[in-house]
Amino acid sequence: MTDLSLPSTSACPACAAAPIAQRVAHAAAPDAIILSLPGVHCAMCITDVERALMARPGVRAARVNLTLKRVTVQAPGLGADDLIPALAAIGYEAHELDPDALSATAADKQGRDLLMRIGIAGFAMMNVMILSVAVWSGADAATRDLFHWISGAIALPTVAFAGQPFFGSAWAALRGGRLGMDVPISLALILATAISLYETTQSGHHAYFDAAVMLCFFLLIGRYLDHRTRAIARSAAAELTALEVPRAHLLCDGGEQVVPIAQLVPGDLIRVRAGGRIPADGEVVEGRSETDRSLLTGETLPMLAEPGTILSAGEVNLSGPLTLRVIAAGKDSSLSRLTALVEAAEAARGRYSSLAERASRAYAPMVHLMAALSLAGWFWATRDLRLSINVAAAVLIITCPCALGLAVPAVVTAASGRLFRRGLLIKDGTALERLSEIDTVVFDKTGTLTMGRPRLAAGDDLPDDLRAVAVSLAAGSSHPLSQAIVAAFPDQQPARIDGIGEYPGQGVSGVWQGRRVSLGRADWLGIIDDDMHRSGSSAWLSIEGQAPRRLDFIDELRPGAADTVHRLRAQGRRVILLSGDRPAAVADVAARLGIGEYHAGIDPIGKAQMVGALGDDGAKVLMVGDGLNDTAALARAHASISPASALDAARVASDVVLTGQDLGAVADALQTARRATARIRENFTISILYNLVAVPVAIAGFATPLLAALAMSASSITVTLNALRLRR
Amino acid sequence: MEILSILIPVSLGLGALGLGAFIWALRGRQFEDPKGDAERILSDEWDDRPRPD
Repeated sequence: MTDLSLPSTSACPACAAAPIAQRVAHAAAPDAIILSLPGVHCAMCITDVERALMARPGVRAARVNLTLKRVTVQAPGLGADDLIPALAAIGYEAHELDPDALSATAADKQGRDLLMRIGIAGFAMMNVMILSVAVWSGADAATRDLFHWISGAIALPTVAFAGQPFFGSAWAALRGGRLGMDVPISLALILATAISLYETTQSGHHAYFDAAVMLCFFLLIGRYLDHRTRAIARSAAAELTALEVPRAHLLCDGGEQVVPIAQLVPGDLIRVRAGGRIPADGEVVEGRSETDRSLLTGETLPMLAEPGTILSAGEVNLSGPLTLRVIAAGKDSSLSRLTALVEAAEAARGRYSSLAERASRAYAPMVHLMAALSLAGWFWATRDLRLSINVAAAVLIITCPCALGLAVPAVVTAASGRLFRRGLLIKDGTALERLSEIDTVVFDKTGTLTMGRPRLAAGDDLPDDLRAVAVSLAAGSSHPLSQAIVAAFPDQQPARIDGIGEYPGQGVSGVWQGRRVSLGRADWLGIIDDDMHRSGSSAWLSIEGQAPRRLDFIDELRPGAADTVHRLRAQGRRVILLSGDRPAAVADVAARLGIGEYHAGIDPIGKAQMVGALGDDGAKVLMVGDGLNDTAALARAHASISPASALDAARVASDVVLTGQDLGAVADALQTARRATARIRENFTISILYNLVAVPVAIAGFATPLLAALAMSASSITVTLNALRLRR
Repeated sequence: MEILSILIPVSLGLGALGLGAFIWALRGRQFEDPKGDAERILSDEWDDRPRPD
């Protein structure tokens, strides 16, 4: 379980608002260690962490990046394991990040490149604008020509440099036979600059240098916001991946060696400690334990593992150390076999065309058509090519989708910033739009609606003396059921029990007041018990000379689960529970949450098919799940959310990752997505309204550079301000 | 109007100075950790001398 959004304990308001994890920006030296620090939030934290790290011998440099909540340490010869305890000692949780998985330097370079172009366009815009204001306020004759020449000298190199991202993608679109948004943009930039240069040489009245440069500036800002949102999502997703540095304990020549999972080959002997995740498919050769397969199947009951049992990668070893002989590793393991299923599901989902794409598909031909028509019309009426081209250029500049270019990125940036503070990471650009259309929500049970962590039910029924015995037996074991017993009675004094021994995969036993006491599985204690008909798992407490007592455990609900289900239903959405677990367990959770529609015992293919069938019936399905068995369904659904505790494969397949524990963010996400999409539509309406007013004026030939500048900046600013309303 | 021959180069020069400073800051990776830089100023850690790195 990795909870990335730790509650901030600071009182300073600047810290309370968690920052958007920005682009990865490390010129990481080869031996640099990168640690994720979810708890840092203010100036004191920076000083504490850096001081604690520098105090360790061998550390050459340590620098905290607060925006990314990371520290980069230069410490040749030291490993992350040497540094994490030093930070834990001063109260900071730290996780090692795999520096190779954080290779986002290319995205970082692109971001800085865009910023540079914005800076240059901004500089040029301000200077050209000063000169243009002089021209608009009545400079004429030689002064006007001089000002036009200077403006041209500034604008020409600026447009050539700052416009490159647009020219590049317009060229790519044209070669692909498409007419994207960048084609009219590039045409407007080139035509405006060229006609202004010509007018300047002819000492004409109107030059559109300021409009061309301003167009560059505003559109680059839209481009940068878009880039930043995507880079943030990418780096956050990379960080989640980098958190699990995949390693295995390889047994060789009597020793144990830590190796990356990729180096495992079939036939290797590996050791899996209690509590560890099984790194590769294998057969148990030594040891007895129980495994938790809930991430693979949704099944909550622990499975017995003994020599000869085949285990799959992704299962968690619960009680005793196991030695496995690897059968399949890496690409061949059962973890990877689901990939084909996921790819098939993704293909079935089809490509979603975003609002911006649909708008530009309708808009781009209109722009060209209108410019061409006004050119033809004016030429037919006046036979004056210079005048006609001037009018056509004015039409292109005014219709140019400046506000349209900002309409989507500004909203998406504001909305994902807001959702990030609520613990949601938007991984995909169109996820917000797809989330806003959702009418059916399908939940997985284990690990999604529940924590996948057992809790002792009806603990009060246990007499005091037995309670002491149970706590005493359970205290020494790391089995989740034992830990649940200890957690259920925090104030209980343990009884004195001699000779406690743990039998991995079976239970714990000892001697209490001369009698043998045991806590463990029913079959181990010789009790006939049928687990299948009860909702939760159970353990038995047996005391010599007394009837054995059953201890029932229920799977704890995730915080906010009941509230979320209630809110979703109140919003009129259909809520369905699909689980691979036993019917009794699923029915119990459904009843506790008030979900009427549930299906138990569904395998991964069945889940994907049911989600697909719902989609074919016209429902827009949101799949929320964490397990490997949900992966195909996550990919098949219209939109998908997975918690950060999910397996890598599930997180990759989903559009949104829930970084906190609270499931309540899911309902918020749907609401925010709906508002964001409404804002995007409003923004489109605003820019179209501006055009409706300005275009007739331009076609009629009354457009001046002043009018173009006013329309452009006013619409861009309105659109941005409208988007910012989302932050509240 | 002769004053323009002084004023225009001066205004362009000042603007270029600002642009140069921005590019210098960008190259020096000063936009890597905006939140951290805003907080670091509150710490008295390296107030007496610059941090040696």
